[in-house]
Amino acid sequence: MPKDHGIGASSKRREDVRFLTGEGVYTDDMALHGQTYAVFVRSTVAHGRIKSINTKAAASMPGVLAVFTGEDFKDVGGNPAGWLIKSRNGEPMREPKRPVLAHGKVRHVGDVYAAVVAETYQQAKDAAQQLADDTVIEELPAIIDMAKALADSSNRVHDEIPDNQCYDWGWIEDNRAAVDAAFKSAPHVTTLELVNNRLVPNAMEPRASIGEYFPGTGDYKLTTTSQNPHLTRLLVAAFVLGIPENKLTVVAPDVGGGFGSKIYHYGEEALVLAASKLLGRPVRWTAERSESFLSDAHGRDHVTKIELACDKEGNFLAFRTETMANVGAYLSNFATVTPTFLHGTLMAGPYKVPHVYVNVKTVFTNTAPVDAYRGAGRPEATYSLERVIDKMCRELGLDPFEVRRKNFITTDMFPYTTPVALVYDTGNYHATLDKAMVMADVAGFAKRRAESAKRGKLRGMGLSTWIEACGIAPSHLVGILGSRVGLYDAATVRVNATGNISVMVGAHSHGQGHETVFAQIVADKLGIPESSVAIVHGDTSKIPFGMGSYGSRSLAVCGVAMTKAVDKIIAKGKKIAAHMLEAPEGDITFADGKFSVAGTDKAKTFGEIAFSAYVPHNYPLETLEPGLEETAFYDPANFTYPAGAYICEVEVDEGTGKVDVVAFHCADDFGNVMNPMIVEGQVHGGVGQGIGQALLESTTYDENGQLLTGSYMDYAMPRADDVPFYNVDYSCQTACTHNPLGVKGCGEAGAIGSPPAVVNAVLDALNAGGYKVDHIDMPVSPGRVWQAMNG
Amino acid sequence: MQLSDVKTIKASPETVWAAILNPDVLMQCVPGCQSMTGSVETGFEATVKQKIGPVSATFTGVVTLSDIDPGRAVTISGEGKGGAAGFAKGGAKVTLTPVAEGTELAYSVDASVGGKIAQLGSRLIDGFAKKMADEFFTRFQEALEGPAEWSEEAEAQAEGNDEAPKKGWFKRMIGA
Repeated sequence: MPKDHGIGASSKRREDVRFLTGEGVYTDDMALHGQTYAVFVRSTVAHGRIKSINTKAAASMPGVLAVFTGEDFKDVGGNPAGWLIKSRNGEPMREPKRPVLAHGKVRHVGDVYAAVVAETYQQAKDAAQQLADDTVIEELPAIIDMAKALADSSNRVHDEIPDNQCYDWGWIEDNRAAVDAAFKSAPHVTTLELVNNRLVPNAMEPRASIGEYFPGTGDYKLTTTSQNPHLTRLLVAAFVLGIPENKLTVVAPDVGGGFGSKIYHYGEEALVLAASKLLGRPVRWTAERSESFLSDAHGRDHVTKIELACDKEGNFLAFRTETMANVGAYLSNFATVTPTFLHGTLMAGPYKVPHVYVNVKTVFTNTAPVDAYRGAGRPEATYSLERVIDKMCRELGLDPFEVRRKNFITTDMFPYTTPVALVYDTGNYHATLDKAMVMADVAGFAKRRAESAKRGKLRGMGLSTWIEACGIAPSHLVGILGSRVGLYDAATVRVNATGNISVMVGAHSHGQGHETVFAQIVADKLGIPESSVAIVHGDTSKIPFGMGSYGSRSLAVCGVAMTKAVDKIIAKGKKIAAHMLEAPEGDITFADGKFSVAGTDKAKTFGEIAFSAYVPHNYPLETLEPGLEETAFYDPANFTYPAGAYICEVEVDEGTGKVDVVAFHCADDFGNVMNPMIVEGQVHGGVGQGIGQALLESTTYDENGQLLTGSYMDYAMPRADDVPFYNVDYSCQTACTHNPLGVKGCGEAGAIGSPPAVVNAVLDALNAGGYKVDHIDMPVSPGRVWQAMNG
Repeated sequence: MQLSDVKTIKASPETVWAAILNPDVLMQCVPGCQSMTGSVETGFEATVKQKIGPVSATFTGVVTLSDIDPGRAVTISGEGKGGAAGFAKGGAKVTLTPVAEGTELAYSVDASVGGKIAQLGSRLIDGFAKKMADEFFTRFQEALEGPAEWSEEAEAQAEGNDEAPKKGWFKRMIGA
């Protein structure tokens, strides 16, 4: 019998009621007295020197209140990179200043170099256009291609960085010789060069921010589309504007999707705050979709050469990769960690391969900044591995299912230390592969292929097994690796006098469903109805602290902090109950919402204890404070390691090269599952984005750095008819060993595991159809497939 | 974006050359051109109104002539700013060769766009540029040769005077 409430129940998402009835309150929905409008002036060239900006005409236009240029912000701090990465030779990475408004040079199409604030949006827009007309920018040759950028010191994105390289990272450098030796003596080596295509995040709600300043108190308030309001507060306060942290409130209300792009602090947020102080009025800005395309941090964009060494039976001996990772024109906050520690440390996959070496060069180019996007580094690792493994199978005539099976880490090997320095605590990779094969009816594939052939279609089946490190992260470890912050999380559980509960959590929900799941967990632990628990998030003035939502960390880190706070509530409740029931504290038990004296029928309900804590007429005041509110911070002991096996079936039209995904099966191990319906939804969304990357989405800059796929006319997002009905299973559960909920994280899984399954399926279809095709880059568009088939 | 073609015009290279350097001719021939002033020596200033996909804009810009080899070759370069729509810039190398029918005009264009036109209309640019070029040379030919199609009126005129050859407005104007 499935549960109907609490942990493990598919409780319906309470937040959907407001989302689906138009009652959500997003940043742009907030109307404020005396509000003004900011419009940003963005570069139309990819690379140029700002010769002059004449603000006179714009400043005197109707309704214009203020005009800003880079000159106004040249003395405030830059927006920093969150991780400091060292190169192989021990040199620190190059971190150019990322200013609020570009100063001196513009470095990508969409780079902001000026802003106008006016009484109305239209007035601000008109003045911004005037400002653009009155600006002289000397265009410089654009640096777009990563290999050329590294080779040519004469043309630089940042004048002070000669080879346009941020760092040249090796993981693990000390193992390099052993890895090279393994390749030298290997009976077989398979090499594959591939591109992990750049993606535009395309959150449904574009970025938006409102700055407010309260002269009476000197307080600032930033309402913004953020996945982590505390991190934004930290960046604005400590690094950019120098506003004291206790004078700045950051509110992230309902946020319509982020996928990573709203983790980061952007210059527009600093500008609306600074402008609000200058004008003494609220200053608001909402991005147009065109601005989102040009200026939201993009994802992926790796060019990789991966080599696999193995014996003739397909036993892996070593992996070696060389990657160029595009960071765009400036370092976004997580840009340096995504291609390194979120990528290189996963390059062993779920396999017992003894030797792995990863080299990553990150490159500045005149393109939008690139940063973490759903999966962040782990999709790139999984894609490289799962593609080269299939290529090796074709070269040696081996069965891809069997090859994975024989190389998997086995259940008796946990905890397992990989050659790239992670310690997998638990897992069962054979179980998820077996499950996926049953779900996909692998045995019946030949029949389905024959049936497709009758309809003139080439059918293919593709496998991908994946693992990720999520629930980021142990602060001690990330500190050693170069993080500038800790990555714990926090929650406060406030039991109100009438017994209902407000939970203030550091994780931010922008579609995930925290308001439902977190309430399920608290209700379950306290034996009270879910409806008695309200989840509060996204406001630094209400919640204790938090590092936000990304890296599938909300439940595994913040959820655990919350349960630890609940444990403290129960412990205090026992003390109160012991007093009220006149029994020793050690005899008090708590179950099903009741504090009882063991072995008797004497009991007090949770509500009675809560009331007593706030109306302490009969209360141990000499030894216990009144009130019932507890806060816990939780710093995880390790990453969590969800894993799974995905099987995709496609049909390829031989005439047009069009690929249809006809079936997609996911067998995942997420550890304990709190709400199956929400887990399924997360997998659906992730796989949809993965299919989008594999078949449709291409972010294309021309040689001048113009974004050619800058609207939905040219940037193909997956639509309902591009994806099949997903077949999702999460019954293979190995509970995480180091958090009390036993949870691992499911938010990014689909986007990590699915692209290689899709591309492997396409290649299987083509090769089975007689086309000897080793490789097609994503997006596997009809044109690319047709070209591959027709030489 | 690159584009090249060869056209044969029923007029002498001298006539074609004069037409290319004449702002009035260029204004008549550039689709959407609203003004064209200036001279060969100083360059021309032009205003052109166009719509590319969803983006419509008025471009203002400067056109300069270089590598002038009188009667034979010229490079025409220009950059137009379209305000919010972005910009377009490029150059056309034009060569004239005398042939039996008149003049063979060969051109190769290298052009690029930026800003909103690139972001929203890149897929349409190649087709748009081809259409612009076709329209330009159709009009240019008409200016020099007269309408390509015989209209009833033109036919009536022609019947009235067998001796008068069909003339374009530019030829009539300069009396060539």
